[in-house]
Amino acid sequence: MSLLSYLINGISLGSVYAIIALGYTMVYGIAKMLNFAHGDVIMVGGYVVFIMTSGMGLPPVLAVLVSMLVCTVLGMVIERVAYKPLRMAASPLAVLITAIGVSYLLQNLALLLFGANTKSFKSVVTIPPLVLAEGQLTISGETIVTIIACIVIMAGLTLFIKKTRAGQAMLAVSEDKGAAQLMGINVNGTIALTFAIGSALAAVAGVLLCSTYPSLSPYTGAMPGIKAFVAAVFGGIGSIPGAMIGGILLGIIEILGKAYISSQMADAIVFAVLIVVLLVKPTGILGKEIQEKV
Amino acid sequence: MALLDVQNLCISFGGLRAVDDFEIHIEKGQLYGLIGPNGAGKTTVFNLLTGVYKPNEGIIRLDGTDITGKKTIEINKAGIARTFQNIRLFKGMSVLDNVKVGLHNHYQYSSLAGIFRTPSYRRVEKEMNERARELLEVFDLAGEADFLASNLPYGKQRKLEIARALATDPKLLLLDEPAAGMNPNETRELMDTIRLIRDRFDMTILLIEHDMKLVSGICEALSVLNFGRILAQGETGAVLNDPQVITAYLGE
Amino acid sequence: MKKMNPTTKYNMITYAVVIVAYILVAALGAAGHISSLMEGLLVPLCIYVILAVSLNLVVGILGELSLGHAGFMCVGAFAGSFFSMCTKEAMPGGLRFFLALVIGAVTAALFGILIGIPVLRLRGDYLAIVTLAFGEIIKNLMNVLYIGRDESGFHFSMKDSVALGLSPEGKTILNGPQGITGTPHDASFTIGVLLILLTLFIILNLIHSRDGRAIMAIRDNLIAAESVGIHVTRYKLMAFTLSASLAGVAGVLYAHNLSTLTALPKNFGYNMSIMILVFVVLGGIGNIRGSVISAVVLTLLPELLRGLSDYRMLIYAVVLIAMMLFNWSPKAVEFRERYSWKRLLHLPSGSGQSTGK
Repeated sequence: MSLLSYLINGISLGSVYAIIALGYTMVYGIAKMLNFAHGDVIMVGGYVVFIMTSGMGLPPVLAVLVSMLVCTVLGMVIERVAYKPLRMAASPLAVLITAIGVSYLLQNLALLLFGANTKSFKSVVTIPPLVLAEGQLTISGETIVTIIACIVIMAGLTLFIKKTRAGQAMLAVSEDKGAAQLMGINVNGTIALTFAIGSALAAVAGVLLCSTYPSLSPYTGAMPGIKAFVAAVFGGIGSIPGAMIGGILLGIIEILGKAYISSQMADAIVFAVLIVVLLVKPTGILGKEIQEKV
Repeated sequence: MALLDVQNLCISFGGLRAVDDFEIHIEKGQLYGLIGPNGAGKTTVFNLLTGVYKPNEGIIRLDGTDITGKKTIEINKAGIARTFQNIRLFKGMSVLDNVKVGLHNHYQYSSLAGIFRTPSYRRVEKEMNERARELLEVFDLAGEADFLASNLPYGKQRKLEIARALATDPKLLLLDEPAAGMNPNETRELMDTIRLIRDRFDMTILLIEHDMKLVSGICEALSVLNFGRILAQGETGAVLNDPQVITAYLGE
Repeated sequence: MKKMNPTTKYNMITYAVVIVAYILVAALGAAGHISSLMEGLLVPLCIYVILAVSLNLVVGILGELSLGHAGFMCVGAFAGSFFSMCTKEAMPGGLRFFLALVIGAVTAALFGILIGIPVLRLRGDYLAIVTLAFGEIIKNLMNVLYIGRDESGFHFSMKDSVALGLSPEGKTILNGPQGITGTPHDASFTIGVLLILLTLFIILNLIHSRDGRAIMAIRDNLIAAESVGIHVTRYKLMAFTLSASLAGVAGVLYAHNLSTLTALPKNFGYNMSIMILVFVVLGGIGNIRGSVISAVVLTLLPELLRGLSDYRMLIYAVVLIAMMLFNWSPKAVEFRERYSWKRLLHLPSGSGQSTGK
C-alpha cells in the first residue's frame, strides 16, 4: 500500500513539474531559448496568492486568478525588456546569461520585499482528502486538484494549438521563424503570447506547489524550475505531450528515490536522470533531432 | 591515377536522394568546376567529400587512399581543405591567427611548452608567423594581419578563408562559391588569385560556382549536377555546349 | 630596446596590477590601516579572482556556459582538506599545503575530465543545465559521505558516522553534513596572490599558444575548426579540465581558510556558480584582466558601502542584465559602432576598426 501512495504522490508532484515544464518547452520550442527565470515566476505566483489570501483574506479563487494575471504580465514584460532585444544577438549565450540575471533579480527582489524567512502557505484547496481501502490509503485534496488541473491544462493547451489560429501560428513559428514571418504571421506577437501562456501556467503551478508543500520563500521556485526543465528535456524539449510524460516520470522517480534510496540524494537522483537521458537519447522521449546546416 | 576518385556516391535525407550515383575523377593540378542549378546538391557533394555527411553508398579515394566515411578532421589531415558558401571565419580572432589555426597540425609544440614559453615555443611560433604572413602576402592581406577577421570587407573575408584552407597544406582545395557576392572587378581579381594558387602551390582545385564567366574562364573540366545526378561531365567547352546542359541549366 | 609585443605588454600590465594591489594592501596592513573586516575579506577575494579567471576560460575563451564551477571548487576543497587532515601531524605546514593544492587541483581535474567527456558533446543550453546538475550532485554527495580512519585504515559510509565502525582510537574525518572540522589554517593573502598570479600566467599564456588558438577557433566556428583539422573534443576537454582544476585550487584555498568545511548551497551551490558568472560577465566575457577587476570590485564595493550590502545581489542582477543588453543586443552594438569614440575622433584604428560591408 505504501508503494501505491508513493506513486500517487509522485504523480501529483510530477503533475506540477509537468505544468511548469509546459512553460519551458513552449518557450524553448518557439523562442529557442532556455528561460531560466521561469522557475522564479512560480515563486512570484505563490507570493501573490499568499498576500491575497493570508494577508488580505480574499477568496482563494480570486487570488489564483489575480496571480495568473500578474504572472502573465510579468512574463510578457520580462520577454519584452530582457529577451527580445537579444533575439538576434551574435552569441547564443547572451540571452541565456540574461535569463539567469532575470532569475537572480526576481529572487533578490522577493528577498528584499518579503524577507528571507520561509512563510507558511495556507493551502487554497478545500476539498476533503479521499480515504480509500479502509483508511490505508489517503489521497489529499491537493493531490486530486493537482492531477485534475494538469489533465485539464494539457487537454486545453492541445486543443488551443490544434484549433485556434494563434495556436497554429505558434506551431509555424516553432518550425521556421523566417518562413512564418513571410507567411504574414506576427512572430513577435506569437512569442509574447507563448510567454504569457507559459507564465500563467507557472502561476497555477506555483499555487499547487505551495499548497502541497505548504511553505514559501524567495527560493521556492528555483529548484522546481530546474527540475521541470529536466522534465522537459526528459520528455523531449519542444513537445507538449513530452513535457507531460517527462514531468510525471520525474515526479515518480523523485518520490520513489526519496522513499527507497536516500532522502538527501533525491535531487541528485533527478539530475542523474537528466544526465543519463542526455547521453543516451539527447532528444528526449518524444523530441526530434535538429541538425545544423553547413 | 586521379588525385580524387569518387564512384557511385549516394546520400538520402528522409527518403529524398540528395546526391545519386555521383562520380568524379580529378587529375593532379586540374582546375575543376562543379556547376548546376540551386538545390542540385553541389554543397552536399562538398559535405560528403569532407566528411560532414556520411554517404549511404559509394567510395571516395584521395590520392589512392580510401577516405570514405572518415571524420572531417581525418579528411583534412588526409589532404582536403575547403571554404564555405556562407563564410565561416574565426571572427573573434585576428586575420593572422585565422591562418595560424590552419597551420595547427603542421607546427607542433607541447601544451606545457606553450604555457612556459620555452625556446621551442618561441621558435615554432616564429616559424608559424612567417609562414602565415607569406600566405597572407599571396592574398594581399598582409597589411590587415592584426585586424579582427570580422572587420575585413567581404571580398577579403573570402580570400582569408582560402588562405586559411591553404594553410592546412592540402592536396585538394574545395571552394564553395568563391565569387558569391563579389562585383565583376573582384571576380576578375579572384580568377587571377585562383590561377595563382594552382600554379604557385601546385594545387588541385574543385570549385562550385554560379558565375559562368568565372567557370568558363578558369575551369578546365566541368561536372554539371541536376537533381542530385550528373547531367554532363568533361572538358569545359564541350560541356557548356551540350544541348542538355543548355536546356536544363544555362537556358533557364 | 626591442619593442614589446602587444600581448606580452597586456600580460605584463595584468600581472603588474595584481602585484601593485598586493603591495598596497600589504603596506596598508603593516601600517595598521586595514580593518579586521577587510582583513577577513582578503583571502576570499583571492578565491573569487581565481574562480572568475578560470571560469572565463570556459565561458569567454571556449564559449561554453558552465554553471557547475562551484562544484569543482567543492571537489578541490574537500580533497585538499581531507589530505591535510590525514597528514596534519606527519608533515611541515608549507609542504603539506603545497601538496594539498596539488591534490585539490588534480582531483578537480579528474572530475573535470569525467564530467567533460559526456557533457561537452552537448550544445549551449544543455551544457549549462547539465553542468549545473553535476555541481548539485557533487554538493549533495558531500553531504551524505562519511569517511573515518583508524589503525586498520580508512572506512567509508553513506549512512552515518556510527556505520563507519571505527575503533575507539579512530577519528571521523568527513562527517556527512557536518563536513570536515579542523582543517589547518594554511591559507594566507600572500599565498592567495601567488596563486592568482599562477592562474593568470597559465591562462594568459595558454590563450596565446597553439592550444589557445584552437580553443578560440572552436568557440568562433566549430564546423570551420573541424574543417582545418582541429580536434574539437580534445581542446574542449582541455579547456574544461584546466578550468576545473584551477577552481579546485580555489577550493583548497577556501578550505584552508576556515576551521569547518561544509557543503552548503551558499558556498558550493549553483548560486555560487552564478555569482562567479556575474563576475565574468561584468569583467567582460573573454577579458581576463576584466575578470580580476570585476571580482575585486564586486566583492569589495558592497562591503565598503555598508548601506548597499542589502541590495548587493539585486544590484548584481540589474547590472548583469544591463551589461548583457548593452554588449550583445544587435541594436546596442550598432549604436556603439556608430558613436564609438574612435570613429568620432577619426582615429586611425587597428584591430578595433569597423568597416562597412
